[in-house]
Amino acid sequence: MADDPADESGPVPLFVERHTYRRRRLMDAIRALPVLGVVLWMLPMLWALPGAGMRGAAALIYLFAVWIGLIALAGGLLLALRLWERRAGLDHGERGR
Amino acid sequence: MTTLNGLAAISVAYVLLLFAVAFVAERVAWRGHGRWLSAPVIYTLSLSIYCTAWTFYGAVGSAARNGFEYLTIYLGPSLVMIGWWWGLRKLVRIGRSNRITSIADLLSSRYGKSNLLGIGVTILAVVGTTPYIALQLQSVTLSVEAFASVDPETAGQGRHTALWVALGLALFTVIFGTRSLDANERHHGVVMAIAVEAVVKLAALLAVGVFVVWGLSGGVGATLARIDASPLADWTVPGGRWAGLTLLSAAAFLCLPRMFQVLVVENDNDAQLRMAAWAFPLYLMLMSLFIVPIAVVGLEMLPPGSNPDLFVLTLPLSQGRDGLAVMSFLGGFSSATSMVIVAAIALSTMVSNHVVMPLWLHYREGGASVSGDVRNVVLLSRRLSIAGVLALGYLYYKLSGGGEALAVIGLVSFTGVAQVLPAMMAGLFWRGATRNGALAGLSVGFAVWLYTLYLPSLGTGSVLPPSFFSEGPLGLAWLRPDALFGIGGLDPLMHAVLWSLLLNTLVFFTVSLLSFPSPLERLQGAQFVSIQQTPGRARRWTGGVAEAEDLMVMTQRILGAPEAHALFLREAQKQGMPGPLPEPTADFLETLERELAGSVGAATAHAMVSQIVGGSAVSVEDLMAVADETQQMVEYSARLEAQSQELTRTARQLREANRKLTQLSVQKDAFLSQISHELRTPMTSIRAFSEILRDGDGLGPEEQTRYASIIHDESLRLTRLLDDLLDLSVLENGQVSLNMRDGRLSDLLDRAVAAAAASDEGSGLRIVRVEADEDHWLYTDIDRLSQVFINLIANARKYCDADAPSLEIRVCEEGGDLVIDFIDNGTGVATEAQEMIFEKFARVSDREAGGAGLGLAISRQIMTRLGGAISYLPGQGGAAFRVVLPQAAALAAQ
Repeated sequence: MADDPADESGPVPLFVERHTYRRRRLMDAIRALPVLGVVLWMLPMLWALPGAGMRGAAALIYLFAVWIGLIALAGGLLLALRLWERRAGLDHGERGR
Repeated sequence: MTTLNGLAAISVAYVLLLFAVAFVAERVAWRGHGRWLSAPVIYTLSLSIYCTAWTFYGAVGSAARNGFEYLTIYLGPSLVMIGWWWGLRKLVRIGRSNRITSIADLLSSRYGKSNLLGIGVTILAVVGTTPYIALQLQSVTLSVEAFASVDPETAGQGRHTALWVALGLALFTVIFGTRSLDANERHHGVVMAIAVEAVVKLAALLAVGVFVVWGLSGGVGATLARIDASPLADWTVPGGRWAGLTLLSAAAFLCLPRMFQVLVVENDNDAQLRMAAWAFPLYLMLMSLFIVPIAVVGLEMLPPGSNPDLFVLTLPLSQGRDGLAVMSFLGGFSSATSMVIVAAIALSTMVSNHVVMPLWLHYREGGASVSGDVRNVVLLSRRLSIAGVLALGYLYYKLSGGGEALAVIGLVSFTGVAQVLPAMMAGLFWRGATRNGALAGLSVGFAVWLYTLYLPSLGTGSVLPPSFFSEGPLGLAWLRPDALFGIGGLDPLMHAVLWSLLLNTLVFFTVSLLSFPSPLERLQGAQFVSIQQTPGRARRWTGGVAEAEDLMVMTQRILGAPEAHALFLREAQKQGMPGPLPEPTADFLETLERELAGSVGAATAHAMVSQIVGGSAVSVEDLMAVADETQQMVEYSARLEAQSQELTRTARQLREANRKLTQLSVQKDAFLSQISHELRTPMTSIRAFSEILRDGDGLGPEEQTRYASIIHDESLRLTRLLDDLLDLSVLENGQVSLNMRDGRLSDLLDRAVAAAAASDEGSGLRIVRVEADEDHWLYTDIDRLSQVFINLIANARKYCDADAPSLEIRVCEEGGDLVIDFIDNGTGVATEAQEMIFEKFARVSDREAGGAGLGLAISRQIMTRLGGAISYLPGQGGAAFRVVLPQAAALAAQ
């Protein structure tokens, strides 16, 4: 199995196999995750505006829910990536025989 | 009631446990069974030194004072870890492949192994970390005092807590942090102990949290209701501060020397990072989960005026839960000690590699190759550095009086180390970043930070007079530390963060653009930026100068004899050498330098190797190797394109030539049949009439004469044909001798017209001439030239197919050359035939005209010999030929 899926050097072919395609999209998702985190966590900047009406427990619950969501997504995506990689490795092994 | 003595006993027992854990881990690693020591879980837990006593105690205090703002300190690092793919992955890889030992080493290595930069970052790190260490000492002292205040008998006994803690930590760090000069600078014992402490502090904080929520508040619902009812409930964090603090904490997470130590230096493989990417945010989330409930309940239950920084400890104490309080104390103690240990290791590595070793190398005569053990020097300098760093922290604590809120000191420190961020990130992603830019940016950022945040944090009136802050230095209001450039009203922290990072980045960028890096710097820059593309390192040593034995001596004194022997033997075997010493090839020197860099830092290792090798060299090949590959590809493809264009051109020319050859071949065949026909016709009549003459006895003399004259005429025709062929062959071979003499053009033309008219054919041709134009004197071969004219006029007679054929002879001067055009009014020559008519055996038309197709070929040869030219002139209505005589041949009219 490739140590790192991003190390795909050489010219990028136009069409790739389905699992390679899936793996790349997974990597895209992993890359996009911090952007999502920034957006969701910077929303509280709006709460400081007068009349925003967000306070106390609700704010706390929101922030921690985002936190847990991001952790779960990060973990889940990495797990999925590992599964795809493993499957790709198996495919290669079988074809090699 | 836990007495202070009891607390001291528990603390000592805990510290002994840590010693044991570290010791066992070292032993296991030494025996080579340490696979599990680099497990991703341990790595993730070791990252928890981000959560210091500031988190453990200070977060609750921050929440009690400023509401939800404390969360930003954990959101920033969470984002960095979740976004590991963007920056951390590259940073960690560079750290591993270049054997980076500290953040100062990273910058020094990236910017051409500049030790000046290393020293700069070291100073910044020491100044920025000292208050942080003081903060830890203060928190332990405060927590001990909290116990003492509950126990009136022992009040005042914990006066020297900070000193004892500092001494104990120095001892632990010296023992486990400088145990050996590990080639890769990893400290398994310390990391293991820190992982244990990470679990302890998380468990302690969670335990207090659970106690508060379920024990004191009565469940989750009730706690949430309390939060809503408390003064914390209103969202009071300004937007700028929310975003600014998140950014600041993210920056500090990457730049803090101790974080860099665990994150990059102690990193072993990518799998560790992958797990930490989600597991460390989880750790941070759990650490901050119960902060608000503890703060709310503390504010509610504890007497007003009690220090909110200690709620984690005082809440269980006030409820008589001594066990929980002791656990909480141990959690805080763990937080403080783990931070101090790693910070001291990181700082001592920097100080010894970038300050002590270069100085030592500089002042030792003969440099690295003299006898004496460098290892002892390095280790001693590290031990002293550790003691020095802790002494500084203790001093700061004593001087600052320890009265300030914990969070404020922490943020001052964060802002200081964050100044490294622009130079570090740009160094990873921008090849144009230069050493001078990094130095300038760091200096400016450092100065602004000192001025706007650090000095004010010492308290107004302590170092600088109060007027300095209210009116600015020397009365210059726009230089007031809290309102630079007259922009006041900002939160002091945000003010400092904004200006220091902004000016830092601006200066760094500008100077980078303006300065020019050295070759080594460019080489390193290219390597760092494209670490994913180039797994190997470009060479930089020109081998062959160094003596392997000298290198061996030096390596022994840094790595130790057994390690050095093993390394040299391994390299020798790799090279296929029979003995234990490898050839000092460029490859070997580079490997050696990297090994040494793991012990003494890149800049020092580079300096030491170059002392023996006699100066490093970056060859042109090196630079070429790392030169932009895209550029090479572009050049290559351009070259290919040019070649293919040239090929196309050549192919077209070849096709053209081939077409001409084919045409010629067809014509030659046609000519051969024509010439055999031409030869055969006279030969047939000659043979027939000579037979008649031979056999015909009864022929009259009249008939005999007639037959003989026919034979004569036919032989003349044959001779003419053969003469032409001979003439052409002579001309072509250049064997002709020219008979140069003067002559008038008009005379020449008169003669040519007369000669052409002598033949019977086409006598109806009218010739148009302008006598006045023909008044030119020539110096040339008159006979040959008239041969050309006769040929052209005769051609017109033969081939002009007009009803009233006429030939116009025009003479004019063009650019000094004399041009004579012969233009008739026939149909002319077909376009496809125009280029063929000057070839041998070519005929202008299919009409039977008696010629052998040699006339124009001969004419062209003659004109070439005379230095002129003859060509077909298209577009004149009929067949038109142009004869050009060069200037030399045409004399001015006389």
